[in-house]
Amino acid sequence: MAGGITFTTVDSTKLATAEIFGKTIAELGEKDPSIVCLSPDLAGSTKMVDFLTKYPERFFNVGIAEQNMIGIASGMAKCGLTPFASCFSVFASLRALDQVHTDVCYQNVNVKIIGTHSGTSFGQGGSTHHAIEDIAVVRALVNMTVIVPADGVETANAVKAAAAVKGPFYIRINRGFDNVVYNKSDYGFKVGKAVEMVEGTDITIIACGSCVYQAVQAANILNFDHKIKARVLNMHTIKPIDKDAVLKAVADTRKIVTVEDHTVIGGLGSAVAEVIVEGGKSCILRKLGLQDKFSAIGLHEDLMAMHEIDAQGIVKNALEVMKIDAEKDEDWGDEV
Amino acid sequence: MALTKQEWIDLEKKAAELRDLCVDTVNWAGSGHWGGSSSSADILTLLYYKYANFDPKKPDDPDRDRIIVSKGHIGVILAPLFSLLGLIEREALKTFNLTGSKLGIHLDSNKVKGLDASTGSLGHGSSIAVGMALAAKLQGRSYKTFLILGDGECNEGSVWEAAMSTAHFKRKGRLDGLITIVDRNRNMIDGNTEDVMGLEPFEDKWKGFGFETIVVDGHDLPKLAEALEKAIAGGSKPFCIIADTKKGAGVSFSEDNYKWHYGAFDEAKYNTAKKDLAEYAKKRLERAEKEGI
Repeated sequence: MAGGITFTTVDSTKLATAEIFGKTIAELGEKDPSIVCLSPDLAGSTKMVDFLTKYPERFFNVGIAEQNMIGIASGMAKCGLTPFASCFSVFASLRALDQVHTDVCYQNVNVKIIGTHSGTSFGQGGSTHHAIEDIAVVRALVNMTVIVPADGVETANAVKAAAAVKGPFYIRINRGFDNVVYNKSDYGFKVGKAVEMVEGTDITIIACGSCVYQAVQAANILNFDHKIKARVLNMHTIKPIDKDAVLKAVADTRKIVTVEDHTVIGGLGSAVAEVIVEGGKSCILRKLGLQDKFSAIGLHEDLMAMHEIDAQGIVKNALEVMKIDAEKDEDWGDEV
Repeated sequence: MALTKQEWIDLEKKAAELRDLCVDTVNWAGSGHWGGSSSSADILTLLYYKYANFDPKKPDDPDRDRIIVSKGHIGVILAPLFSLLGLIEREALKTFNLTGSKLGIHLDSNKVKGLDASTGSLGHGSSIAVGMALAAKLQGRSYKTFLILGDGECNEGSVWEAAMSTAHFKRKGRLDGLITIVDRNRNMIDGNTEDVMGLEPFEDKWKGFGFETIVVDGHDLPKLAEALEKAIAGGSKPFCIIADTKKGAGVSFSEDNYKWHYGAFDEAKYNTAKKDLAEYAKKRLERAEKEGI
């Protein structure tokens, strides 16, 4: 990676993902005076304190008013600033959606939205504070780039990439600590390009966010316990999605499991399904995530287990998918 | 008096020209938001022709004053205005609302040079204006930001989020020169504002949110000019000018008639509108000639 902002395993184990975002934006702010940060009374929760301390004149707390925050950010961007607006994903994507749609995306201005506490990562906050529809919502927005980093190191890369490109970005990060997926920054992060975490030819597990770590663990279990070679793709960019990586997975493995801390309607799984169907080659797809229901209250890791998006859940589902042989399906020859 | 006699006369002529071309544009478009366009006509005239530091030859000048028309449904008067300013070719007005036209009910700031925001979803312009005013101060620029709100629009909660932050950031010294003007024409789509969703005591609401308020006849150019000059001079609080206006102003069948929020002119109505506007302009001009000093 170019530039001086790099993180390692040591940072990732010491810093919550949002803290890494906070340090990254504080450093970027030093080089780029156009960067400003906005927060709706969440400077502490979304870890913008470093930036606030360094650049108080470039930090704007708008109070508990997410819609106003996004509108203000769009006005600032229209005047040449590069606003990073951060709040809980559920409010960025739903509460302020009209502003994100019209003021940011329609005007196509340079606003970066950092959605925190995404998925079920604010476990005990319950469904008012879980964001399980945000990927579906924001990926439908014209001009929006959508990134779901796998851990803190990738969050830093995503934030740097967003700052370097003009246009609306939505970066979806978790509350608290993420399991470490990357031990250093320079693994070749590129917007719109999936990262192959594990090589494999039997089945492909495509994951994003906190599910990437779980997918890698699952692939190890599948390999050691079941002699199944599972490919794992970190699909950190949901939009524009890496079509080539999906189509290659279809061609190579014919079996795909998607894993996301999000409803299975409209998110990563749906994005992958769209690519598969348009590709015209048959493939078995299973979408793991929240199955069209609100989540429960509980610890994030327990909720992930409940929704079968942890390593064990992925293994269980991958084994089921491995047993399906589409070519022996009696209906296979029915097409006219 | 804020305007000299000659300025008053000249601006009356500009306002008359704008209203007339707006009626033509409604006619070319087949229909349009004549009601709220005509109520804003004098506010727009004073801003674009006199008070805003806006050179149509330099629509991208970073130091230009910003004008956010939050009641974005009045594209049918903004397009003629921008045409009169030389930013839209006159012939393009005849394509208004046509498939593929760059002009329609809600104008697109990426397609119309000099237009500062793409508005239409009501209650959004206020926050955008706050962002622009904050950016001015941060970047050491002295441009002003004028925000034009519809009164019905003030039902939207986001207007008050932005109002709260306008006063807050002004108190904190982070924002200056954001001037809110509410087109108080007292009518919205379904009826009178006080029947649909009461706004009164409207001025008190703005005062309560930390604004210095001025209530003024929004069709009296010298008085409106005086209010704008006071607001531009500034003070310890942000200014909100409540411009008492008439929806459908100047045309007999539409004046103060909520049913003319949006509509189409048939030939007879078009002819009546043009005739009424000519008469309206004549009377206003006569007053300027008589009372101007």
